[in-house]
Amino acid sequence: MTFAAFDFGDALDFIVNGRESVTGGVQIGGSHLLPQLWRHLELTGAAVGIACLVAIPLALWLGHVRKGQFAVASVANVGRAVPSLALIGFAVAYIGLGFPNALLALTLLAIPPIFVNTYVGVAQVEPEIVDAARGQGMTEVEIIRHVELPLGLPLIFGGVRTSVVNVIATATIAPLIGVVTLGDAIVSPQVYGDAGQLGAAVCVGVLAIAAEFTFALIQRAVTPKGLKVQRQRQAFTRRARPV
Amino acid sequence: MSWLEVFAQVEIHRRTDTCVNQNGFCPDWIVNNFSDRYVDPLFRHLELVLVSVAAGFVIAFALGIVAHRRRWLVGPIVGVTGVLYTIPSVAAFLLLIPITGFGLITAVIALTAYTLLIIFRNVVDGLNATPDEARDAARGMGLTDNQVLWRVEVPLALPEIFAGLRIATTTTVGLAALAFFAGAGGLGGLIFGDLVFKSNVVVAGGLCILMAFALDGLLLIAQRLLTPWVRARQA
Repeated sequence: MTFAAFDFGDALDFIVNGRESVTGGVQIGGSHLLPQLWRHLELTGAAVGIACLVAIPLALWLGHVRKGQFAVASVANVGRAVPSLALIGFAVAYIGLGFPNALLALTLLAIPPIFVNTYVGVAQVEPEIVDAARGQGMTEVEIIRHVELPLGLPLIFGGVRTSVVNVIATATIAPLIGVVTLGDAIVSPQVYGDAGQLGAAVCVGVLAIAAEFTFALIQRAVTPKGLKVQRQRQAFTRRARPV
Repeated sequence: MSWLEVFAQVEIHRRTDTCVNQNGFCPDWIVNNFSDRYVDPLFRHLELVLVSVAAGFVIAFALGIVAHRRRWLVGPIVGVTGVLYTIPSVAAFLLLIPITGFGLITAVIALTAYTLLIIFRNVVDGLNATPDEARDAARGMGLTDNQVLWRVEVPLALPEIFAGLRIATTTTVGLAALAFFAGAGGLGGLIFGDLVFKSNVVVAGGLCILMAFALDGLLLIAQRLLTPWVRARQA
């Protein structure tokens, strides 16, 4: 365990102070991590952003007409079954290195959770509520915008949150496809050394947890008040039930 | 032909095997190299997945049973396993190396940790979803709390538990592709080893995907066999 303490101390020193690379001549770690962090966030933001633009409208519509369960289930299954490393590997082998290619791979990775959660979020809205809205004279678009979207928002943000965390994790191996993110030290230990590799792992872990908490807060903020009250009441009755 | 000429021809043949040279998708190369290169990592990958999911299931199921009786435990357990689940797998493997060393154990610990949240949540939700009438009827027949749990609640929760197990298994197949960072081998090491060679990436990546679907299918079959009443009800 004393060795472990030493390793983590050295890794923290890499993060805070930086040092010369193992191969010599280049400064690594410390403030040189900032451009990598920025690249990591840029890639993640772009991938999740595009995934939202593609997946949310389509899933809203499918959920509204309550069709395509099979397609949604397939997207969910395939999305889970393709390992992120294999996705990056396919991209490198077939379309080559570069930011746009990395972006494409990570966007494909980000789509399934957002797509599935949006679909479920809309399709789970009780039919009586939709009928009531229709009875009040709302058009289909208005029903989606003013009824199904707000009620589905917590789940939609749950999907976005899952995607953000997944993409942050996978952007760690993006240096393999030519984008220098925080994972550079992880895939090139021969340049960064063991301390650099461990230090980068610490940074990526902290980044993912920070993103998870931020999105959990946003998710709570976008939950309609009515749903919160309903959920508390459910929790209360569930707890009150004799076990 | 002297041996030198033969050797030269072989060399020329290897150098002029344009498909391999151009990192293409080469069925011949795949057939010739499959058993030497891919079979051992495939079984190592399978081993990683089966051991991790089995260990995760035992832990998460036990936690689920305990938390079912003591509801206040659900929040803290979901919180802790949720944080574990959030840490990127590559980072988790590397963070564990200074503590548990370079090798299989480290990979299994991290992969097991990732299955906990999914399985635990489904076990608790499944047990919780038992209809009150079924529970009341069981109690009315004189079953003790333990009998209600094992004869009524657990069987009725099986579909939900299996759903969790299936998600955990396919997820673990994907995460195990990064276990080579912990020194545990598997198919991911092969993908990482030659990323630009299409044949290699397609075979190694394809085997991961096939494994995920195959294990998912087996679990689905097991679920059907263990819960015959579900289909009887639907019919």
